[in-house]
Amino acid sequence: MTLWSRFRSWLRTTVRRSHVESDMGAELRSHIETYADDLMRTGISPEEALRRARIEFGGIERVKEECREARGVTLLESLIQDIRFALRMLRKSPGFTAVAVLTLALGIGATTAIFSLVDATLLHPLPYPHPEELVRIEDDLPGAGATDAGISIPEFKDLQRSGIFQYVVLEIFGSANLTGVSQPSRMQYEGVSPAYFAMLGVKPELGQTFDPQDQTPGFTLDVVISDGLWRRAFGSDPHIVGRSLRADNDLYRVIGVMPPGFRDPGRTVGERNTEQWAGLGFSDDPARSSNRSLRLPLETVGRLKSGLTVAAAQSQLDALVASLREQFPDDYPADSKWTVRLVPLKENVVGNVRQSLILLLGAVALVLVIGCVNVANLLLARASVRSREMAVRQALGAARKRLVRQLLTESLLLSLLGGVAGLVILFCMKGSLLRLIPESLPRLNDLSINWTVMLIALAASIAAGVIFGLAPARQAGRLNLASTLRGEGRGSKGSTEQTRTRRVLVVTEFALSLVLMIAAGLLLHSFWDLLNVQLGFNPQHVMSVQLWLPSPNDPKTDIYGTAAQEAVFARELLRRSRLLPGVQEAALGAEPSIPLHHDRNRSALIVEGRQRQSTQTPLVERSQVTPEYFHLLGIPVLRGRLFNDGDDENAPLVAVINQAMAETYWRGEDPLGKRLRLGAGRAGVGQRASKTWITIVGVIADARTESLANASIPQIYLSLYQETPKELAIFLRGNLNASAIPEEVRAMVQSVDPQLPVYGAQTLNDAVTASLEQRRFSMDIVAAFAVTALLLAALGIYGVISYIVNERTHEVGIRLALGAQRADILKMVLRQGLSLAIAGAAVGLLGALIVARLMAGLLYGVRPTDPLTFAGVAILLIGVALLACYIPARRAMKVDPMVALRYE
Amino acid sequence: MDKPLDLLQGTLDMLILKAVSLGPLHGYGVLLRIQQISKDRLEIQQGSLYPALYRLEHQGWITSEWGESENNRKAKYYRLTAAGKRRLQTETDKWNRMSDVIAGILHTTPEEV
Repeated sequence: MTLWSRFRSWLRTTVRRSHVESDMGAELRSHIETYADDLMRTGISPEEALRRARIEFGGIERVKEECREARGVTLLESLIQDIRFALRMLRKSPGFTAVAVLTLALGIGATTAIFSLVDATLLHPLPYPHPEELVRIEDDLPGAGATDAGISIPEFKDLQRSGIFQYVVLEIFGSANLTGVSQPSRMQYEGVSPAYFAMLGVKPELGQTFDPQDQTPGFTLDVVISDGLWRRAFGSDPHIVGRSLRADNDLYRVIGVMPPGFRDPGRTVGERNTEQWAGLGFSDDPARSSNRSLRLPLETVGRLKSGLTVAAAQSQLDALVASLREQFPDDYPADSKWTVRLVPLKENVVGNVRQSLILLLGAVALVLVIGCVNVANLLLARASVRSREMAVRQALGAARKRLVRQLLTESLLLSLLGGVAGLVILFCMKGSLLRLIPESLPRLNDLSINWTVMLIALAASIAAGVIFGLAPARQAGRLNLASTLRGEGRGSKGSTEQTRTRRVLVVTEFALSLVLMIAAGLLLHSFWDLLNVQLGFNPQHVMSVQLWLPSPNDPKTDIYGTAAQEAVFARELLRRSRLLPGVQEAALGAEPSIPLHHDRNRSALIVEGRQRQSTQTPLVERSQVTPEYFHLLGIPVLRGRLFNDGDDENAPLVAVINQAMAETYWRGEDPLGKRLRLGAGRAGVGQRASKTWITIVGVIADARTESLANASIPQIYLSLYQETPKELAIFLRGNLNASAIPEEVRAMVQSVDPQLPVYGAQTLNDAVTASLEQRRFSMDIVAAFAVTALLLAALGIYGVISYIVNERTHEVGIRLALGAQRADILKMVLRQGLSLAIAGAAVGLLGALIVARLMAGLLYGVRPTDPLTFAGVAILLIGVALLACYIPARRAMKVDPMVALRYE
Repeated sequence: MDKPLDLLQGTLDMLILKAVSLGPLHGYGVLLRIQQISKDRLEIQQGSLYPALYRLEHQGWITSEWGESENNRKAKYYRLTAAGKRRLQTETDKWNRMSDVIAGILHTTPEEV
């Protein structure tokens, strides 16, 4: 009650200050006049009565001031006074203000930018309601060496009935040719079981989505499209619902459009950029199988019953799996150790980048702290100039508390100005900053500077202001009045202490910069190692271009339906490709054969003679290529032979494997002549290979075509003429004009079939670079921060050494007068700078050891304690420090003893 | 007549609350009321009255309202609030206990120690 009334009274006095003021004046006047009335009754003249009343009342202004104080106005008023004064002080030294505000703007702007990235990826990774309930369900067969081995239809039904999930959804990703629009194009589609949208909990922008209870067997012909496709291919037609589109020559009906910003929570960029969702019943063909060991290459995603934690759900699921294993011992042999694992969907999206992002956030926080330390240093330098002002104000009766408050107001104002400037810069540069972020950085949210981010910026500003404002404020609180006023500021105790504070600040700055620079150095080193890794293939002068052959649901309309039909097309394509300008060699392959193309195409591997071991099988990366592929990429054959033109649809199936696969499955044996079978891969692929034995005819050297960081991923290649893929890549080597090739290939392909889209043209060198873009992104940013930190630290040490030199001009003069050599003076000053830099480097090395250990997962080919990086960075830092000290040192050297001595 | 006593430190607030508890008063009226009740034995500095009134109002123990005084001047009238009433009660109790204790101490004779 009293608190409320106090607040009300405070609010009233604050908001209606002028009103309250006049009220107070009227009340006091009324008092004096009434008193005068009483006096007049004793027979005194009105003027005399009023005069006496005034005298007896006392100083009216003093009473008013006391009244104001009693109402609690002073705090706000003094704050306004402080701000006005601080603004005046900042205006008076524009150079200082500009440097400080810019430093802080940089720190706060960068922190805000990185935080907005972290906010959109790590903190809010899944833009769906109750994201904590969403899990990915992965089947592992550790006994057969397979993780995430796919799911069988009976298992899917078990999961649906288990009572653990609200919804379980199967997904399959692919791409399809969108035709009937101006230019045929490829789009990413996703086949989902009908509960998909209900599970994610997102409503369409237009029309409707699938009915989660829909039991239609097989494919439905209804599709939901993304906002992007709606705008791109249908010109944002408001009457889209009910219209049809042609995907791979099949006619589909659009039933809904998703809102902008809706993305599938997929693992790859392609999956996240899905543009069309088709309903799959998974209850009849093509998914009728009741065979538990037939694992389909599907993704399984589920939403847990609300209130169920992932751990609790996992233990229920473990019990279910145990009972199923008991119930179906033939399908789940003990040695395959079948388990089902729940992975929070969030992990799937951010798992890979968490470390990088935390590193970036840490780096930017360090830059901010270094910026603060630098401003604190500047403020301290100013404080020594202003110590007289402070002393005079204290002598005139200003309370120390009040002065400290005023100094803090100044630094807070400075940091808020910095924060505002930082945000303004950020808003202006938003577009170009967004372009820096690699597309492969998993995020489902659009980046935005939202309220949380703004609050963080504000908090960072305030924290910064307090951090760098405290040192000078403390200083002011301890001022020795008498000596300062007598002009003994120089060399007095206060100033020694100040110098010590500034030294500590510089050492801190150096230590933090060293940590950042070592982090940057290690990343740079890893990146360099990766760039110079032995690729195992030659990307020079090679381009790849993609196209997709439609696979309509009705086989009769498929002109590329049989291997023979497609082989004819493929040979014609190759023939025409060789005729393109500059082309020396040409080859075809399935999409997964494009080096460093992040697309998984794994098939179950069944080795002849070993299938008894387990009905559950491991998975290998597989692809199809024409015979020219290996020579074009410069991958040598180690044993046996490569494909030849005779390996066609009529010949027995043959395969070429890489060294890693030979090592994994035939260690100590000769793989040549061994036979194997592959499980079905993607839809429409692997029909023949899953039914017939394939003979291994050759072993090629390992090449880093799957991952730059990993040379030995088992891979198997089939002949493209025997196992025809739908997603094709054309490889060209020669003296190519990279900007003309896409159009030339498009014209060439469409001269064969005008309905085919051509896309994804790239040079292999670009593909190599692109596969490093996430690393490059974090490396670039950390390096930029490190350089900033180094500059700030150099500025800091320059400031302190200059200050010390100024302080000691007198002493230097005496030394010179007594016969010291100028070189000695130079050495003396440099030694001081050096000792600071070395102290900073020593502390920094300790910090860097810890940080380097934490970021070990981000490194490649370099140990976290890499002595070269550590030593190199420390030497660089000390060198920069010496350079920064050299300028003031030269000034000290040039001191004229006469001038210096006369100065006092 | 004796020379009026100066007010004891910290008692002005209590006296104002008491004066106002007997009926709404303007500032000058408070002064007169206290002098009248004390039979002119207390001297209150006119200037110190208003900060005290503002403080009490700020704390929510009294409220004010503009009105017309007996000699037709505009004047601000103060009234006790419910919170003020409770405050006056506790202050009075405290004062009574305190004056008992102090009187007891001052009346002590050497034999009683």
